[in-house]
Amino acid sequence: MHEVDMTKCLLLSMQEWKQQHDPVTPRVQTVHLQVGTFTCVEPDQLVTTWRAAVRGSWLDGAELAIETVPLVGRCVLCNGTYSPDPEQAYRSPCCNHPMEEIVSGRELRIRSVDYRLPDSSCPAASATTAPQPPFATASAV
Amino acid sequence: MHMPLEDTIGLNLLAANQHQAEHNREHFDAWRLLCLNVMSSPGAGKTSLLERSLAALAPDLQMAVLEGDMTTQLDAERLEAVGVPVVPITTGRACHLDAAMVSGGLKLLKQRLDPASLDLLWVENVGNLVCPAEFEVGEHRKVALLSVTEGDDKPLKYPVMFREADCVLITKTDLLPYLPVDIERIEAHIRAVNPRCAVIRVSASSGEGLETWHQWVREQRVAVVTTPATRESAPALMAA
Repeated sequence: MHEVDMTKCLLLSMQEWKQQHDPVTPRVQTVHLQVGTFTCVEPDQLVTTWRAAVRGSWLDGAELAIETVPLVGRCVLCNGTYSPDPEQAYRSPCCNHPMEEIVSGRELRIRSVDYRLPDSSCPAASATTAPQPPFATASAV
Repeated sequence: MHMPLEDTIGLNLLAANQHQAEHNREHFDAWRLLCLNVMSSPGAGKTSLLERSLAALAPDLQMAVLEGDMTTQLDAERLEAVGVPVVPITTGRACHLDAAMVSGGLKLLKQRLDPASLDLLWVENVGNLVCPAEFEVGEHRKVALLSVTEGDDKPLKYPVMFREADCVLITKTDLLPYLPVDIERIEAHIRAVNPRCAVIRVSASSGEGLETWHQWVREQRVAVVTTPATRESAPALMAA
């Protein structure tokens, strides 16, 4: 159950985010995650541990929305993308080449947070910034 | 309440651990030492290998070990016997070391010696092929062990660990004559998920492959000390 430790880490990351709004505490509705299938995270277990962990905290009631990102490899011989299959030793079906390049599937990202601020502390400008490409590879762990 | 807001974050889920890991690595770079994170399933032979490697490398390199263990200090006692400083980190319920635990271990180590006098810091992780792959501790290189008794399917069943490794050691090769296992298949499966890592066949009992492995370690130390670099940008050297 390393999802417990993953959740602890997620809470610390959320705590860092909360500090941007100091001294106001944002009311978080949903935390959107992207979790690749080529990671050691089981989304259902993460949701369960999250619900238990946030009870009574500033994140009480906040839901975790997990978008699963499939494993996609790129064959470096023909440049084609493919879905690596453990039964085929993750090799490319086109050229039977080892899984050299991973296009997506390693994501463990907090993509965005839906939240509200109390009336008195409404920011002058919207906090929304430009969305990032969904498969950015900034998530290499 | 006003209208809902959305912050695009794009932050790694493990960002908090990542920050601590990078902090640890900055210390390692300042101390000009190589940090290796050694991982495997329980019983793959991490401690036996370290006993041999510590003894073989001690004449050339100043070393210390941070020893992760869930409940006991048995491994730490075995390694202390070789004459290298060992700091046990009892992880309790946690099935892996994280960057904060290693930071705590470094503080204990500093009470005993000046880390700048070290050339090489070993982190022996908790025996587990799953989560240690996701929790960086600040290491420069990841080393994964797979013993021949575990079967040739493990790189495919636990691909993240073998994908993340810079070096995979196939251990206990002295047992091959007694096992219905094909070491070529083991190696092919490792290469299938990670064509770039070094793969070295070793036996802590017979000594097979140890010199090649120690040469790999020495090369990594030279590479890291010459150009302190993050793990991501480090060259993945191939074994001879």
